[in-house]
Amino acid sequence: MFVINCPYCGERDQSEFSCGGEAHIVRPKQPTELSDDEWAEYLFMRKNIKGVQFERWNHAHGCRKWFNMVRDTSNDKIHAVYKMGEKPPVI
Amino acid sequence: MTKYRINKTRFVDQTKTVSFTFDGKKYHGFEGDTLASALLSNGIHLIGRSFKYHRPRGIMSCGSEEPNAICQINDNTDLTEPNVRATEIELYEGLKASSQNCWPSLNFDIGGINNLISPFIPAGFYYKTFMWPKSFWKKIYEPLIRLSAGLGKSPTQPDPDIYDHKHEHCHVLVIGGGISGIISAKIAAKNNLKTILIEDKNILGGSTIYQNNKNFIIDNQKSNEWLMNEISELEKLDNLIIKTRTSLAAFHSYNYLLAKENISDHLPLDKKNGSIRQRLWKIRADKVIVAAGAIERPLIFNNNDRPGIILANSVKKYLDFYGVSTGLNNIIFTNNDSAYETAVSLFEKGISVKIVDIRKKSSSNIVKNAEDQGIKIYWNSTVVNTFGYKKIKSIEIMNLSEDGSNVTGNKHKIQCDCLSISGGWTPMVHMHTQSGGKLDFRELDQVFVPTEKSENHINVGSCNGDLELEEIVKNTNNKVKKFLNINEGGFDKISVLCSKESEKKNIWLLPNTISESKTKSFIDFQNDSTAKDIKLALREGFKSIEHVKRYTTTGMATDQGKLSNMHALGIIADTAGVKMGTLGTTTFRPPFTPLTFGAIVGRSVGKFFDIVRKTSIHEWHVQNNAKFENVGQWKRPWYYPINNENFHEAVQRESKAARDSAGILDASTLGKIDIQGSDASEFLNRVYTNAWSKLGIGKCRYGLMLNEDGMVYDDGVTTRLGENHYLMTTTTGGAANVLSKLEDYLQTEWPELDVYLTSVTDHYSTASICGPNSKKILKKLFPNKDFSDEAFPHMSYQDAMIDKIECRIMRISFTGELSYEINVESKYGKSLWENCIAAGVEYKITPYGTETMHLLRAEKGFIIVGQDTDGTMTPIDLQMDWIVSKKKYDFIGKRSLYRSDTMREDRKQLVGLLTDDPNEILEEGAQIVSELDKKPVEMIGHVTSSYFSPNLNKSIALAVVKGGKKMKGQKLFVPMENKNINVTVSDFIFLDKENKRINA
Amino acid sequence: MKNKYSIFSLIKNAFSQHENWKQAWGNPEPKKEYEAVIVGGGGHGLATAYYLAKKHNMKNIAVLEKGWIGGGNTGRNTTIIRSNYLWDASAGLYDHALKIWENLSQELNYNIMFSQRGVMNLAHNLQDVRDLKRRTHANRLNDIDAVWLDTKQVKEFCPIINISQDIRYPVLGGTLQRRAGTARHDAVAWGYARGADAMGVDIIQNCEVTGIKRNGDQVEGLDTTKGFIKTKKIGVVAAGHSSVIANMAGLKLPLESKPLQALVSEPVKPIIDTVVMSNAVHAYVSQSDKGELVIGAGTDAYISYTQRGSHDVVEGTLKAILELYPIFSRMKMLRQWGGIVDICPDASPIISKTNIKGLYFNCGWGTGGFKATPGSGDLFAHTIANDEPHKLNAAFNLNRFVSGDLVDEHGAAAVAH
Repeated sequence: MFVINCPYCGERDQSEFSCGGEAHIVRPKQPTELSDDEWAEYLFMRKNIKGVQFERWNHAHGCRKWFNMVRDTSNDKIHAVYKMGEKPPVI
Repeated sequence: MTKYRINKTRFVDQTKTVSFTFDGKKYHGFEGDTLASALLSNGIHLIGRSFKYHRPRGIMSCGSEEPNAICQINDNTDLTEPNVRATEIELYEGLKASSQNCWPSLNFDIGGINNLISPFIPAGFYYKTFMWPKSFWKKIYEPLIRLSAGLGKSPTQPDPDIYDHKHEHCHVLVIGGGISGIISAKIAAKNNLKTILIEDKNILGGSTIYQNNKNFIIDNQKSNEWLMNEISELEKLDNLIIKTRTSLAAFHSYNYLLAKENISDHLPLDKKNGSIRQRLWKIRADKVIVAAGAIERPLIFNNNDRPGIILANSVKKYLDFYGVSTGLNNIIFTNNDSAYETAVSLFEKGISVKIVDIRKKSSSNIVKNAEDQGIKIYWNSTVVNTFGYKKIKSIEIMNLSEDGSNVTGNKHKIQCDCLSISGGWTPMVHMHTQSGGKLDFRELDQVFVPTEKSENHINVGSCNGDLELEEIVKNTNNKVKKFLNINEGGFDKISVLCSKESEKKNIWLLPNTISESKTKSFIDFQNDSTAKDIKLALREGFKSIEHVKRYTTTGMATDQGKLSNMHALGIIADTAGVKMGTLGTTTFRPPFTPLTFGAIVGRSVGKFFDIVRKTSIHEWHVQNNAKFENVGQWKRPWYYPINNENFHEAVQRESKAARDSAGILDASTLGKIDIQGSDASEFLNRVYTNAWSKLGIGKCRYGLMLNEDGMVYDDGVTTRLGENHYLMTTTTGGAANVLSKLEDYLQTEWPELDVYLTSVTDHYSTASICGPNSKKILKKLFPNKDFSDEAFPHMSYQDAMIDKIECRIMRISFTGELSYEINVESKYGKSLWENCIAAGVEYKITPYGTETMHLLRAEKGFIIVGQDTDGTMTPIDLQMDWIVSKKKYDFIGKRSLYRSDTMREDRKQLVGLLTDDPNEILEEGAQIVSELDKKPVEMIGHVTSSYFSPNLNKSIALAVVKGGKKMKGQKLFVPMENKNINVTVSDFIFLDKENKRINA
Repeated sequence: MKNKYSIFSLIKNAFSQHENWKQAWGNPEPKKEYEAVIVGGGGHGLATAYYLAKKHNMKNIAVLEKGWIGGGNTGRNTTIIRSNYLWDASAGLYDHALKIWENLSQELNYNIMFSQRGVMNLAHNLQDVRDLKRRTHANRLNDIDAVWLDTKQVKEFCPIINISQDIRYPVLGGTLQRRAGTARHDAVAWGYARGADAMGVDIIQNCEVTGIKRNGDQVEGLDTTKGFIKTKKIGVVAAGHSSVIANMAGLKLPLESKPLQALVSEPVKPIIDTVVMSNAVHAYVSQSDKGELVIGAGTDAYISYTQRGSHDVVEGTLKAILELYPIFSRMKMLRQWGGIVDICPDASPIISKTNIKGLYFNCGWGTGGFKATPGSGDLFAHTIANDEPHKLNAAFNLNRFVSGDLVDEHGAAAVAH
């Protein structure tokens, strides 16, 4: 179980958080103009990276804020956390 | 004192006798004994039978690595426990231990026949046979295999004990209370770090505490005496928590560790008194110092498993710690110096001892000590066989060839009653690897040692591969100082004198005159896997250590291979001709020692299994005989039987009353989300399928929420309380998920929206009153309020007061009846409810539960998300096209509705079903077909909701059917197990299609 | 030549001290080129190779395994086999597998110990009852042997279950599939490996794929830690690592890889004679032939390839176990571990061609792939050999995520198994 450094609350136990999957998949502004393929790409297709992954987390049992995390999925090491809207760090 | 209790020690109080039974026979031990030391003091070696061959087995060690001496404790009581290591359980008055895996008795075990047929049942034999005839597998072969399954017996009664959890944070956690752990803890605590020291035994000191040899001197004292003083110093330190009887279970990433504290297992039955049995500590430590020690290795030779064959250092512990001699005529068989401490100790107590050493010589002080005392040493020799079925009687030894690969010369037979064996030491690297650490193989003494520096944990002492006293003390001091960034360790000037081993020799599988395929050289003692099994596996192509382990079951017994893994690896490496370091090790998985389910679960059992959410009106429901339904974590009244009514009768009565006069439902459990902000309307536009901007203040609207893949997700009525203020209701079960989904979109996709969401589910209690007389009841409750349709129309909301209690009244309906929902702050919920009941008495207001609610809405064709939908239904499928805005540019899930397969006309669609026999009630979940005889059967839909409607006096059902929209009037069939039910597709609104009742 | 395994061969070999057993499978170096290469030496991959060789006469093929065969989810799962799935497509797929299981020991001449001790799924709330009855009706009409049991019958079938109606989530009934059960997981991999090897398939262990070579939209071969291997057909059966391989070919898949947890207790004498699963309180348990309680848990709720898991999942699972079986409170957990499972949005697998010619994927089995091993291998072999799916796996194509024709088995697969 990780310790996650919530950008709003500081270090808290992982059990307070929930994961929202891959980050920086922006919801299309004009979904109706996408082909079925393009929509499926947004909706379902994921990189599912083994290694350094950018992902969304929510401090569900805390401040309820969503934020982004850079985590290595091959060893669960957390490299960085940053707020929504902030530029992703270079890892 | 018994014949074998030959020594007085400070650890066993020989003034306090403790009686216990083993296999029904009464024995005596002393306070401070383990079950194992007490049995040994009574001359009992035979403790159990092995798993496969049912060979007699005895005590082999003195700790958690014990593979053989495992017992059933307190059999046939609710405190029974299988597979308890005799070496770990502290003796208490009244302890009842029994042997396992033998029938009819330990001394005469029918299963012993397996030993005779062992040539026919090599490793993995079961993969090769039991296949013909096929029918025999289920009836004969498998039952036979399962007859031999298991060791002890599962308890059969609920556990009366309590288990506990405790969360702890500290700067430094020290794992292991041996000499290196003690030094580490002292350094840490003296430097103002909050330190926890855990030790699995009942006292600190590890194996140094009984190291009483003159060759091991710290600061001019014998090492055990020096350590004793250190321990008393330690106990004076303020910021140190010492936890004995506490064993580390798991070392997870981010320095999250679990340790199990035994609180009452060592107490006599009458003193347990319902106290907590075990406590699981969940520790988050800044720094972890692992001082887990090392485990002595056995030696692998023919018939190395007999009772009376014991690890050499364990023999010393029994002697110098417990005061028990494991034999009076001892032979020590070793490949290293440490066993000589045992020899010297035995000799000094006047007990006969001889040594067999595979090395040609050793020039260390301790060996010289033994030689000086005149102890007979057989150098360059190995044991080739042992004798004695239930207890060792003698051994045969031979000389080793020059390179150690063979034996030479004549066999020499020596009598003995105990054979101590020592194959060197294996550092306990389990914790290190559990935490993600890696290992290096050290050729010199054939051990895996921790590598890969971690910032947050270190290994010290023998678990780090420091096996000699001087390096243990000095390296621990230096490493801990550096790790904790401390200048003064307190042990910087310490002087340590110890015997040093210069001659090292290791042979994983000792040679013999006969081929190993005819020997039984045990590697995994409990699972009976032998050297020849490992070689067979290799011969058959199982090359990886994991394959060998799984094929032979080596290392998979209750000791998890603590004694067997290294030898298995060594034999594989030797056989395959590769370097051992290249093979890797098997994975050390948590827990380190088996961990009680009860301890893992803690208090979360029985009524604490899960939170129970009750509405503020709950007590009233209980008093009025409600039967409850679990909806998520909520308890909801299901129905309220009166006068011995059954379920059906109660629901029929409630349903009829609600339509004929008035019914009242506790609707407090519906999720409620308060939505505020200048963009609240826009937000609702995006999350619901319909349009919200034009909803007037004070008006209510039903909304349907989809997943992004277009499937119905939740529904509910949302009320506009003000310009920028809405109150959304959700389904009871969906409340939490809806809130987090909305927050997700709000914060991550639409951060530009000025919207704030607050869960207010628990803030309000809701009484929903419906029926033609509901308006009259409301008038009684709120005499000053105008309830005319003009002043208070359907789908609107108003504030009102009962006395000084503020109420929000929504005129909304889930039953199709004239209906009002009154919301008050939760603390007034019960009072509101009682007021409603009192006001409704003259109209025979009838409380109804969820079942009646479901029935009433089904009569009106309203869906329940989760019952009539299953995550595969779009609003179009539900014939709710009317709620899907065509004008809105976008909403969650909109795009998915226009995919080729979600637009298909032949998808399952919501319909009504009427049975040809109006008294026949369909089963919810029953499947629907259009052709009875078609093979394979083509299922075109299923029944989602089904009831007998007392208001229509017939059975009604909702169903989803492929292409159902266009099937009205069509005959279909519901094939049941024993009959086919004829049904006709109908409108899904069965009652009051014109919506007259809503304004009745 | 392989030894034929039987009681007679055991006896015969006993007299030569078992010195003459042949290798169950060889240890070849890869050839330069193969007709087809299967990536992933788990049960599914080895079965695919076996059926390619056996039914499609493709003998010049290889299975590449980055570690040791059967070392992934094949050797980490809780070995439950059943086919009581809701939708026709799933029922067809899993029952196809179950029918092969029933004769697999004989077919492979390797005892995989398929034990038809029944699988019971419990209902704990009224919606559970509706869902399970719906599934039972569908199963019956699909000729799958599932029956509904009321609470009393549940207790009769598994006497140690706590059916008190006073517990937090009482047992309201359940479904039982008697043909369902368990098998010895390692043996499945070994049996298929031995069978495939006998037909000439190269099983190459410690060989990790590092790249996929394409010429336009046709695959040409694979880069591996043992060099380049030329082939026109690549079947990827890499479970949790499917996305890693897909990314090498420039593909994205609708998968997330998460650790699924399992644990065993210390071995005890037989105490539970069936497999019991529960969605609502979330745990499942059976007892192995060795006597260990084999207990399954949930997945961690985040992507991870660590094959470790968090303790809270284990704690939650054992909570559920003690709710249903209070007698197990004094039992002890012997080991826990995690396997990396690849989960599809609709909880159904993918056995499909891709838009790259010669590249096929068999993945997305999530928490329940073991039970499908023989069927999955058979159908994937068909798909690779014919470059088009068998009718039983047609629904499990990749295009369903585009068209919206998902096979949503969350109801039948919600609990990890």
